[in-house]
Amino acid sequence: MAKSKYLMFLGCAIPYRVAAFEVSARKILGKLGVELVEMPEFNCCGLPLDPVSHEMMLILAARNLALAEQKGLNIITLCPGCAGTLKKVNKMLKEDKALRDEINCHLKEAGLEFKGTVDAKHLIQVLIEDVGLEKVKDSVVKPLTMLKVAEHNGCHILRPKELIGFDDPEDPKTLKTLIEATGATCLDYMDETECCGAPSVGVNDKIALQLARDKLNHIKTVDAQAMITICPFCHIMYDTNELRIEKMFNEAYGIPVLHYPQLLGLAMGMKPEELAFNELRVDVSKLLKQVEGGA
Amino acid sequence: MTEAVQRPIKSSEIDSKFKYEISKMHGGEKLMRCFQCGTCTSDCPIARFSDTYRPRQIIRMTQLGLKDRVLNSDTLWLCASCFTCTDRCPQDVEVASVIRVLRNLAAERGHVPQVFKEQCSSILESGYAYKIPELRLKKRETLGLPPLPKGNPESLGKTLRTVHFLKHVEKKGE
Ligand code: SF4
Ligand code: SF4
Repeated sequence: MAKSKYLMFLGCAIPYRVAAFEVSARKILGKLGVELVEMPEFNCCGLPLDPVSHEMMLILAARNLALAEQKGLNIITLCPGCAGTLKKVNKMLKEDKALRDEINCHLKEAGLEFKGTVDAKHLIQVLIEDVGLEKVKDSVVKPLTMLKVAEHNGCHILRPKELIGFDDPEDPKTLKTLIEATGATCLDYMDETECCGAPSVGVNDKIALQLARDKLNHIKTVDAQAMITICPFCHIMYDTNELRIEKMFNEAYGIPVLHYPQLLGLAMGMKPEELAFNELRVDVSKLLKQVEGGA
Repeated sequence: MTEAVQRPIKSSEIDSKFKYEISKMHGGEKLMRCFQCGTCTSDCPIARFSDTYRPRQIIRMTQLGLKDRVLNSDTLWLCASCFTCTDRCPQDVEVASVIRVLRNLAAERGHVPQVFKEQCSSILESGYAYKIPELRLKKRETLGLPPLPKGNPESLGKTLRTVHFLKHVEKKGE
């Protein structure tokens, strides 16, 4: 199947409150020659409902896969939660005929069928496997050698390894490699693969914010100029909630949190306005000056 | 969970079939492999900040058949589904999946945090887990983004017709 044309699966969190990720991702994918087709119709990938009904999660995910199969296109997502869920269910249904038949019984009610003919990938997997690192590097016209940043992968792009399995959950490399392709330095820090806490928001906010704070502390310790994320939920935890965390724990971070495509976009020579930098909460003016100044 | 663990156990509350019930469910198959090493708890990000949430204890209580204590406990809902425990368990118990199985059973009893019911009814209504504000939809235009794909509640509803959990959602939503 074509490696330059995908069905764009936005998920729920991005249209709800993380527009900058979508704007910047569409820009860099366009520049890299990746064509995006919109989903014909949408339902949630299913992940948020797995805790209450595994069956419902399977049906929701399978329904999206079946819609993509009708279009004959592989799926690209910006949310690792969506990518992980669609990947996982795709694998489960392909390998387990009894389960596939059971889920297809549900889909049949709406005239749909899961056949297992498409793939689902997250943006960074598409960049590294389908677009290719060389092409990403070639697109850089303004290397960001003045920047030292820290990555945060988040859980669902890495775990469970057995079902996601394109990177090493204990020592992930893909995002680091992609960050270094922009010319920026990617710093190591403590507990890099630790959860951001987002899934606990709404159940126990305090635990969620303590987790996010811990990560900000570790990143501050290594003097990162920015944190780079690839998940809408992680981004909300560190950017949208950074002020709240500062107030709650009486700390000062001021660490800008960028979506990876915003970083790559800058290196491609795009303007911050084109990449929706004004949508970010934490002040990015100092960072952008450093990029402008080149030192 | 601490409180639920410390209360003396009465033999009448032990359901000796519970472990088999869980082991039969998808994701719970490897429950009995757990030898209580504690790796899951020591690596669990939630356990680090919670005084009560301990995945190892949940697994043990499940093996022992303390069905009501486990399923009625609020701490069951603290798991962040980060899958760290699943990846690191030396016995390959798939801890996060066992916890998911337990939550599914708790949810069938109607014991489920409000946020899940809200997301579920939103999905049934629009396809999206959140109610996307009108303002956001307008903003998409100014940002040069294409219109959002619409949900198809009728078609979706058909595929979900027999899902048990929905009985708790519709009751609340109306
Ligand atoms: S890590 Fe695995 S074997 Fe060890 S206590 Fe947890 S579930 Fe049991
Ligand atoms: S999946 Fe749940 S129990 Fe396991 S480590 Fe993560 S938060 Fe803890």
